[in-house]
Amino acid sequence: MIELLATRWAYAAFILLMVTGIYMMIANANLVKKVIGLNLFQSAVFLFFIASAYVADGSVPIVHSEGGGGPYVSPLPHVIVLTAIVVGVSLTAVALALIVRIYGEYGTLDEAVLREVSDD
Amino acid sequence: MTDIVLPLLIAVPIVAAVAPLLLSLWSTETGWPVATVAALIEAGLAAVLLRSVYFDGRLVHEVGGYPAPYGIELVGDGLSAPIVALVAVVAVGVLAFARSAGPRRNSFYSAYLLCVGGLMGISVTGDLFNMFVFLEITGLSTYALVASDRSGESAIAALKYLLLGTTGASLFLIGVGYALIATGTLNMVDLSVRLAEIYTTPGGSRVVLASFGFIAVGLGLKAAIFPLHTWQPDAYTYAPDTVTVFIAALASTVYAYALGRVVLTVFTVDFFDSVPIAQDGLLALAAVSIVAGSALAAVQSEVKRMFAYSSVAQFGLVVAAFALATPDSILGGVIHLVGHALMKGGLFAAAAILAARHGARTVDDYARLGYRSPVVAAAMAVLGLALVGVPPSIGFLGKWYVALGAVRSEAWPVAVVVFLSTLFTLVYVARLLERLYFADPGSAPTPAPGNAEAVADGGDESEEDRIDSRAPDSVSVGMVAVVVLTALVVVGLGFATSGFETLLEPVLSEVFSQ
Repeated sequence: MIELLATRWAYAAFILLMVTGIYMMIANANLVKKVIGLNLFQSAVFLFFIASAYVADGSVPIVHSEGGGGPYVSPLPHVIVLTAIVVGVSLTAVALALIVRIYGEYGTLDEAVLREVSDD
Repeated sequence: MTDIVLPLLIAVPIVAAVAPLLLSLWSTETGWPVATVAALIEAGLAAVLLRSVYFDGRLVHEVGGYPAPYGIELVGDGLSAPIVALVAVVAVGVLAFARSAGPRRNSFYSAYLLCVGGLMGISVTGDLFNMFVFLEITGLSTYALVASDRSGESAIAALKYLLLGTTGASLFLIGVGYALIATGTLNMVDLSVRLAEIYTTPGGSRVVLASFGFIAVGLGLKAAIFPLHTWQPDAYTYAPDTVTVFIAALASTVYAYALGRVVLTVFTVDFFDSVPIAQDGLLALAAVSIVAGSALAAVQSEVKRMFAYSSVAQFGLVVAAFALATPDSILGGVIHLVGHALMKGGLFAAAAILAARHGARTVDDYARLGYRSPVVAAAMAVLGLALVGVPPSIGFLGKWYVALGAVRSEAWPVAVVVFLSTLFTLVYVARLLERLYFADPGSAPTPAPGNAEAVADGGDESEEDRIDSRAPDSVSVGMVAVVVLTALVVVGLGFATSGFETLLEPVLSEVFSQ
């Protein structure tokens, strides 16, 4: 167990971040904090991809014409994370825009209060 | 060279989505014509694709000329072509409906076109990560569409949808990550070969199962399978009626298609054979969804909410069909996907018209509307009966083949659930029909027309706000025509079995080749 944590700590951090993020989304009544939880969850996924792409002593995957020079790092997970970050930023923007509208309409961001108000 | 239609299907609406925003500098009423032109081009492209797949079989396009598995592949085959055609047809139909129903803002049509592009992308992509990107494009534009009503409820519903939808997409991405780490590839066909090497080795099935679990839950959340459906009734109910027609017909449909595609092409039937718990789990989820969705639909009083819960049940049926993974059930699943989209779209459109004309939102409000709006009510009755599965209709065909698949593969619990769901569907459709035609004349409340007069309802809404901002402003002949046409198509497609069989034949023989 200890050895696993010592060698695979990035994955342990991924699990921890993911669970924290999901818990924040479920347990926090404040809508902004729910969005922060979502961001945490997404960051966990980024960490997962980046950690999986780590190669000890790996080099940039630019292969010279004479060949050799490995081991190379696979660029694919990095590209995926880059794309996912862009997606995450746009999602956060849309979420915050919606939150601004909700606050303008009801004057509160508390989920429980919102539920009471919209039941009327 | 026909394969060029595949990237064009995605590119045309996304490029066109920029135009309404730019044009709004000049005029704010230009969104509809731009969207209509783009949707008609899409319909043309979809027709070319459908024809090509029907006569020549699978169509593949390598994006940027990079060969698979390194580059991204776009695939048109018997599974994706009907969905592409469906998206194109519904996109045109909803625009015809929106002509007089609104919304009219240019930004609405930009989001609409983005959504169409994303849906097309999910349908034709042959690459798992590419699918995630299109899932998010579709998701983002859907959240904006749901929030396009002015009410606070629609913003809350959209935010709820955003939180859950993004969680679903992220879970999907984790599943893709597991598959990528195990195999080093993202191409679906390549993945199916390499995953097979892994789960057939002793102890290797665990990583594939984990990947499958994350992807299934992620897409199940997106497609609103019980108990992952909680965002869906609010989103459908509080979105403007035009948007409800669009997303009820397409969003969950395409996500369910994505689940079917991943199950059949990436994990394949062999995976189900060697790791039966995956199949059992998915079947159990689907069966629970069918029963729970139907039961919840039967107790709703608001019509839009009732149809929303009914979708939960119907998508359970589709997922059950893909999880059974027999030739009959897959055929039934695809037919039911297309059929349910048309039926539910038509039903929501009919509900929108009744809401605009009579202010009717609940089942009780529908009392005797069959005599006040005979054409729309008749179309609604036909669509409702088709949803139950009364022949001849596409609703009957889909359920028939799913049930046949369950019986032939001796999955008795699933067969029982399918028949039970038909009874449940009958319960809530019959309740609606009873109100429409046989309600006691004396007891019929006469709800005030939603938009005719403005009544301050004690809230902080301003005086000129309409009571029901979700309903269309006025009802045009075109809107009624869309509903009637949908009802006719739903009945007409009840005779189209051979067409679907010819389309799916190559796919099925490939899926069951081993």
